[in-house]
Amino acid sequence: MIEPSHISKSAAPPAVLPVDVHGTGAAIVDVDPFSIEFFEDPHRIHEALREAGPVVWLPRWGVHAVARYEEVRAVLHDPATFCSGRGVGLSDFAKEKPWRPQSLILEADPPAHGRTRAVLSRVLSPAVMKTLRERFQAAANQLVDELLVRREIDAVADLAEAFPLSVFPEAVGLREDGREHLLPYAGLAFNAFGPPNALRQRAFETAAPHVAWVMEQCQRENLKPGGFGAAIHAAADTGAITHDEAPLLVRSLLTAGLDTTVNSIGAAIYCLARFPDAWAALRADPTLARAAFEEAVRFESPVQTFFRTTTRPVEIGGVHLDEGSKVLMFLGAANRDPRRWSDPGRYDPTRSTVGHVGFGSGIHMCVGQLLGRLEGEVILSALAAKVGAIAITGPVVRRYNNTLRGLERLPVTLTAA
Amino acid sequence: MPTITFIRPDGAQRELTIAEGTSLMQAATHHGLDGIVAECGGNAMCATCHVYVEDAWSERLPPLSEDEDALLDGAAAERLPTSRLSCQIIATAALDGLVVRLPDRQV
Repeated sequence: MIEPSHISKSAAPPAVLPVDVHGTGAAIVDVDPFSIEFFEDPHRIHEALREAGPVVWLPRWGVHAVARYEEVRAVLHDPATFCSGRGVGLSDFAKEKPWRPQSLILEADPPAHGRTRAVLSRVLSPAVMKTLRERFQAAANQLVDELLVRREIDAVADLAEAFPLSVFPEAVGLREDGREHLLPYAGLAFNAFGPPNALRQRAFETAAPHVAWVMEQCQRENLKPGGFGAAIHAAADTGAITHDEAPLLVRSLLTAGLDTTVNSIGAAIYCLARFPDAWAALRADPTLARAAFEEAVRFESPVQTFFRTTTRPVEIGGVHLDEGSKVLMFLGAANRDPRRWSDPGRYDPTRSTVGHVGFGSGIHMCVGQLLGRLEGEVILSALAAKVGAIAITGPVVRRYNNTLRGLERLPVTLTAA
Repeated sequence: MPTITFIRPDGAQRELTIAEGTSLMQAATHHGLDGIVAECGGNAMCATCHVYVEDAWSERLPPLSEDEDALLDGAAAERLPTSRLSCQIIATAALDGLVVRLPDRQV
């Protein structure tokens, strides 16, 4: 399956037209953004959602949603009105018990959020990234060399997954055995933000061993000195957080730090394999690697959606929301909103991507964004330096997840430069 | 509206007239000024909108926050006493004539 949408997008009519208006004033759009149909081709439905109005009502799940850049950004930047503490999935923690102990950072609001956020910000700061760069570069070069010997690879398992797996668990300070639980655990957590559909149900059915392993790794005695995990626990020694909180913050890192990067690197490779001009530009100027990664995050938006919950009655885009309303933000749709981006359906590593919401924005903007960018940059740099051509050689298979957009399989042939 | 001068490492200068309330980073990226990357989009998380404020002006800016201070330690180019993040400098009438120099690299 190679997506046809980027070719025919502008000519195709919106998939669904709004037929009615909800009591709140929101246009009703009867689509399921957590369905296989949507995962296979979200772009036309995104367009329909954007065109239907600034705020829409999704009757399938009984939620309001925003898909235009302006409203998505407005919601992200008003955490007092659009809170995270009632969960950033469909489930409202005021009405339903969270499936796991609530996150101290993702699912927290000011002022409590500021305290935990500050700890992770320092653990993943620009200064810390400087200390990792050389090691990550060496790992990227080594992996690309190995893959060039094999030539025929699955760019998902062998590259997009293999590279972060070769550097991230080590940087956290995880022990070697059991690391295979990391991706299934993240898949579970990101499926759990979605509605109670088959994907979420199936994830829960197989969750127990992954949850047990991850919770175990969050304990101080299981984290090697010098890693992010140990640094989080050290923050408890200084009183910045409590010793009970430290394992849960490590859990945040393990939940959100790997699968997201895998899908972002996968997105970048998929773009570079599909769009020869972009690949040629990167080959000609490998300093574009970081920008090529960033543009892939805008273009594919590996984290597609998050919810917020209103803390008071509020009007947005002419729509009146009651207190306690769930609002779904389509980050991927905002990142291709023609009101904000020129030629949004084009992957262009030379474009200015400043302001894209692929990492979110505002107080909850991805705290590991610098780590993700570092991993993306060094692996794309290594590819640009060593690989002459990336050719897709077989069926491209999408991986289905309620929140994450990425591939299950991307068979390619790598040719040495 | 205040006018701010940006000086590139090669000496080239560019003057931008910036609406009050807008950050220097926002103005620079809006005008496509090379040398301000601003990866995080102004959320004070990345240290890629680093500038050196001319000595005479340093005292007239609001003091560094703890977060900005920590981020500047990770800036790609050398940190100087005059280093600031341009996303944290908001244009006001009092800053008319401010001069900032761009570092040789942001990443």
